Amino acid sequence: MHDIYLDHAATTPVREEVFEAMKPYFDGTKIGNASSIHRYGRKVRVEIDKARRTVAKSIGARHDEIVFTSGGTEADNLAIRGSAMANRSNGRHIISTNAEHHAVLHVLEQLEREGFDVTYLPVGVDGAVTAEEVEAALRDDTILVTVMHGNNETGIVNPIAEIGEKLSAHQAVFHTDAVQSFAVLDLDVEQLGIDLLSASAHKLNGPKGAGFLYVKNQTNLLPLSYGGEQEKKLRPGTENAAAIIGLESAVSLREAERTERYERYLALKKMLIERLDVNGVQYERNDFAAEVTLPHIVNINFQGVPTEPLLAQLDLAGVAVSSGSACTAGSFQPSHVLQAMFGDDDGRVKTSIRFSIGSTNTEQQVIDTADTLAKVTELIRSRLQTR
Amino acid sequence: MTKENHNTRVVVGMSGGVDSSLTAALLKEEGYDVVGVFMKNWDDEDEMGVCTATVDYEDVARVADQLDIPYYSVNFEKEYWDRVFEYFLEEHRKGRTPNPDVMCNKEIKFKAFLDHAMLLGADYVATGHYAQIERLEDGTVQMLRGNDDNKDQTYFLSQLSQDQLTHVLFPLGKYEKKDVRQMALDRELATATKKDSTGICFIGERDFKSFLQTYLPAQPGEMRTPDGEVKGKHEGLMYYTLGQRQGLGIGGAGDPWFVVDKDLENNVLIVGQGSNHERLLSNGLYGSGLNWISSDLPSEPIRLTAKFRYRQKDQEVLLHVKSVDSFYVEFIEEQRAITPGQAVVFYDGDVCLGGGTIESAIREKKDGIA
Repeated sequence: MHDIYLDHAATTPVREEVFEAMKPYFDGTKIGNASSIHRYGRKVRVEIDKARRTVAKSIGARHDEIVFTSGGTEADNLAIRGSAMANRSNGRHIISTNAEHHAVLHVLEQLEREGFDVTYLPVGVDGAVTAEEVEAALRDDTILVTVMHGNNETGIVNPIAEIGEKLSAHQAVFHTDAVQSFAVLDLDVEQLGIDLLSASAHKLNGPKGAGFLYVKNQTNLLPLSYGGEQEKKLRPGTENAAAIIGLESAVSLREAERTERYERYLALKKMLIERLDVNGVQYERNDFAAEVTLPHIVNINFQGVPTEPLLAQLDLAGVAVSSGSACTAGSFQPSHVLQAMFGDDDGRVKTSIRFSIGSTNTEQQVIDTADTLAKVTELIRSRLQTR
Repeated sequence: MTKENHNTRVVVGMSGGVDSSLTAALLKEEGYDVVGVFMKNWDDEDEMGVCTATVDYEDVARVADQLDIPYYSVNFEKEYWDRVFEYFLEEHRKGRTPNPDVMCNKEIKFKAFLDHAMLLGADYVATGHYAQIERLEDGTVQMLRGNDDNKDQTYFLSQLSQDQLTHVLFPLGKYEKKDVRQMALDRELATATKKDSTGICFIGERDFKSFLQTYLPAQPGEMRTPDGEVKGKHEGLMYYTLGQRQGLGIGGAGDPWFVVDKDLENNVLIVGQGSNHERLLSNGLYGSGLNWISSDLPSEPIRLTAKFRYRQKDQEVLLHVKSVDSFYVEFIEEQRAITPGQAVVFYDGDVCLGGGTIESAIREKKDGIA
């Protein structure tokens, strides 16, 4: 049995350096509350301030434009709900796409129930929307545009900078969910022309429960919860110092290794595909029409091989991947992202799997994965034929 | 079995109950490559908004974790609705008494689930049913009663084919239910003390009448005696089953009242006094949908034992088979409340030979003519 983890878009292992950086907050060395005036508090405060600068610098922002959150979902909620509530006197129209993460879609659905009007731009078969489509959907009462940067299921990247340009003269606040992209791409908030950007630590070998929202100065936002004055009152509550320091450590490592990671993940992805070809596996990449994609994610359709047994067979063989959609008690849902691209009833939504590469992967693992895929897709196809 | 156990993959249908938990445990102890799979067949929430399937799935997860086996879930809500629930409603519409458990085993647990398990690389599927599989030298299998007379479930498994049973293991069939509990306790399985589920799986503990009402319009009508005397009103023929005593609301002197027949044409519920009212008694039945596990359909009338309902004591019968779609069962002794829609299941000693669906009862004595 293999021991291969190819689900880094779901989460990544914490790096040793990150763990080391977090330890003082658990072993009694740094015990203070950052809001306290005494030296215990000050010691933590200074570290959090440093982390804020590191994180801000990584996306070309100012330190006072970073709000630490519990992760990507909270950052998305704060961005969308926070700006909708703050700007509702200027209009009730929001523009998004139908291939967003549920942390975006489900907030929008709630806002619709509360009287907001949301336009979900349909992505094309290329998995993206165009800046022109966003522009055409703009109305005088549009207060928010939220379009994800890189898609978590397909790795397909939207033209965020172009959309940002179209929005530069409009009142609408521009948010992007960059949870996947931040792990592997160089992002600059100025160049992207955005007001709000969500990111998460655990997608880049940081801890779970840590993330941030970039909030451009002058952007009007209301908090989701109320309490103390932390994070400029946008995210009250005693700072999770350990998580924030873990995030900082992961971001620092990202700064140092980003180019190398990009190249390595891309090479491994290429190798996976080539090996499938060598093995004669019948497949089709679901990003075949995409212009820009993330280096570490590839979504592949194995024609005629149902996703559920394929995932289980791979797991039983020691290869961990996923279909990109949440799966609870017996409620396998076809991917809404692939449905958005290909249509609800397209066969691909039930026969596709997401592979996401990361720090743990080696060339041998990628080869073993492709070989395992050859074996199990063959077995499933043959058993489907004989029944 | 030609393969060694550790090379033999057994996919266990795990419901989160004690029986299927122990099934997985026993197979694991025997060294099989055991994989647990939870089936979600019905979308349901309790009064607190908690999906009952979620609770059961958590129990599957706890047990699978104890046993160190992988587990997955699979959704058959659509298949269950199309193949079991639609049948269930259609039979009630016709005033018959369907047996959804028989249909669920035939169409879901040993078809949709078996097919799915095969895609997971299974050599066998196993469930916690109380029945036994015997593999004969010629490569065929037969199904035997579970050793626990009180728990034997062959009645519900009587529609399984030779082909289906070939791929099945029933590790609990040789045990008594109380031993199963004890074995689960000995192994400290997380579900060892969990209450057994009762009732039809999609109805659960709810009131049957109000459940049915949400799917089928009720057509109230009259209750009459066989002689035509009106005794009251019924709420819809589908809510009643032959031989039923409860819920008729007829008082007065004499023996208690029972449902003795249904007049579908006139929407009249026929009631009579006494649990052995003559209208309830019959000397034979016509059946359809005969499944014969050995696939060696008897061409001559054959003396067997039969059950007309779950847990009934075996009854002596003569089976006359015309075809799988039409057979006649001659009773040696008069039978009470033969109920159209229910299963009739045949046995030769401990071997369950198969069964069919009861179409109608025959009151008069016939002389072995199918």
